[in-house]
Amino acid sequence: MINQDGVATRDLVKSKFPELKVLTRPKAIIECYTEIPCNPCATSCPFDAITIGEDINQVPKIDFDKCTGCSSCIYACPGLAIMVVMIKNGKAYFKIPYEFTPLPKVGEKWLAVDRSGKILDKPCLIENVMITKKTDRTAVVTISIEQPYLYDFVTIRRPYE
Amino acid sequence: MIYKDLVVIGGGPAGLSACKVALEADMKVALFERSFDLGGQLVKQTHKFFGSESQYAKTRGIDIAKILIDEIKNEGNLEIFLDATVVGLYKDNIITVYQKDKYFKVKAKAIIIATGASEKFLGFENNDLPGIYGAGAVQTLMNIHGVLPGKEVVMVGSGNIGLIVSYQLMQAGVKVKAVVEASKNIGGYLVHASKLKRLGVDILTSTTITKALGFDAVEGVEIVKLDDLWQRIKGTEEVLNCDTICISVGLSPMHQLLSMAEANMIYVNELGGLVPIKTCDYETSLPHVYACGDVTGIEEASSAMVEGKICGLMAARHLGFIHPNDEALEFELNNQLCILRQGPCGEKIRCGLKKVGEIYD
Repeated sequence: MINQDGVATRDLVKSKFPELKVLTRPKAIIECYTEIPCNPCATSCPFDAITIGEDINQVPKIDFDKCTGCSSCIYACPGLAIMVVMIKNGKAYFKIPYEFTPLPKVGEKWLAVDRSGKILDKPCLIENVMITKKTDRTAVVTISIEQPYLYDFVTIRRPYE
Repeated sequence: MIYKDLVVIGGGPAGLSACKVALEADMKVALFERSFDLGGQLVKQTHKFFGSESQYAKTRGIDIAKILIDEIKNEGNLEIFLDATVVGLYKDNIITVYQKDKYFKVKAKAIIIATGASEKFLGFENNDLPGIYGAGAVQTLMNIHGVLPGKEVVMVGSGNIGLIVSYQLMQAGVKVKAVVEASKNIGGYLVHASKLKRLGVDILTSTTITKALGFDAVEGVEIVKLDDLWQRIKGTEEVLNCDTICISVGLSPMHQLLSMAEANMIYVNELGGLVPIKTCDYETSLPHVYACGDVTGIEEASSAMVEGKICGLMAARHLGFIHPNDEALEFELNNQLCILRQGPCGEKIRCGLKKVGEIYD
C-alpha cells in the first residue's frame, strides 16, 4: 500500500498511463496520487494540458491530446512525480528528474530501478542529460530501456565500478 | 531606548513577509533575528516548494529566502538587527534585546511575534548519546555549514521534514538505513515517500525506536513493531547499525515571549502545543501584540508567508497606517490561506484553528 511503504501498485501506476498507441508520441505521466496544496505542474504547462483548478489541492488531470511531452512539468514538480514517456521501435524512452551528482553521461549504461527501489534485470542507456537555468538544478535525464519495463522503470542508479 | 512604529521578532518567512507589508504601509520597522542571517528555516531548504505561484511554488526554499530578504533589505524605514535575541516582552510594548554582550530596550506601537518553532524530542533509552540529532539540526549542519552528521542514518518520523531531510542526506552521500514511523501510515506527502523508496530507502510504518545502542557514540538502534493500540509487539525487535539517529517527530511553537508577557494561551495538540489565543486580525490578548507563522500553530512555510503578510497589514491598519492596497490585499491573502488549508492535508490545521477560535468553512 502506497500509504504505508510509498510504492504505487501496478494498477495505480497504469491508471496514470494512456493507451499504448498514444505513447508513440512523448506524454507526461503524472504520479501524483494524493490531494496536496500544489499546482506548479498546471501553471508551468505551456500547452494547458494539465489542469488543477482554483482548489490547488485537487489531483492534476492531464489531457494527452494537448500534451506534447515538452518536459516543462518534470522540473516544475516539487514532488519529482512527473516523467515523460514514449515508445519507439520496441523501446521505452523516459525523461526523468534527477537530483544527484555525478550526473550520468550520454552513452553510459546505468542501472534501471523500479518504484520499490529494486534494480531491474536490464540496465538502461543514457540518451540525453539536460540541466539549464530553467530546470533550476534538477537534471532531466532521457533514458531508453526495453519496452516490457514500461510500467516498472522509474529512476536510474549509478552502476558500481 | 529605541522607538519604532513596529517591531517584528523573527526573520523567517512569517517575519520577513510581515515586514514587507508593514513597510509598504509606511511604518518604521525594526526586525530582530536571533541568528546571524535572515531567512529562518528557508535558508536550509534545498528542495523546491509546494503551494501555488503566489507562495513561490517550485522555487527552492533557499531561493525564496533570498527573494524575501531582497524585497526589504534596502528599505530606508527598516532597521535589521542580526544576532539579536529578544529576551523580554513587557506589557507596555517594550522589548529587551540581547546583542553582542549588551542589552537594550525598544518601544514600539505594535509588536509582531514571528518566532517560529522548535523541534520536539523523543524519550527513549540512551537518547543522550552523541550522534542523535534533530532533523533540523542535521539540515543546519549539512546545508548551511557543509558538514555531514555521519555515514549511516536512521530517521525517526515520516512527516514531510523527516522525508525531505532523508532525501537531502542521500543527496549528500549519506546512507539512510530506514525511516521509522510509529503511525500506521506515512505522515508526509506520498510523493516525498515515493522519491525515497525508489532510492532504496525503506519506510517502516507501525514501528518505533526502543533504544539507541553504543557507549561513547551511536552504533545502532533497536526498533520494534507496534500493534493497532501502539503497544510494542514482543519478539519483533530488530537492530539496525548506524552512527547517526535523526529525530523528526514534529515541532512546537516558540511561545516563550508570549507566555512571559502573560498573553492568553491555549494548548492545542493539532497546532503543536501552546499557542496564543488571537483575534481574526492576528492580535493576541495583549493590545497591539500580534502573532503569525509557526508560533501560532505548526504549518508549512507557504502559510507562514501569507499569515505574515496579513499580520503586517493588520498591525499597520490598527494604528492608522493604511496600506495602498489595504482591503483588496486582505481579501486576496485570506483567499490564499483558505485555499492552502482546504484540502485533506489542511484538516489538522483547520481543526486546531477552530479550537483557537478561528473558523474556516
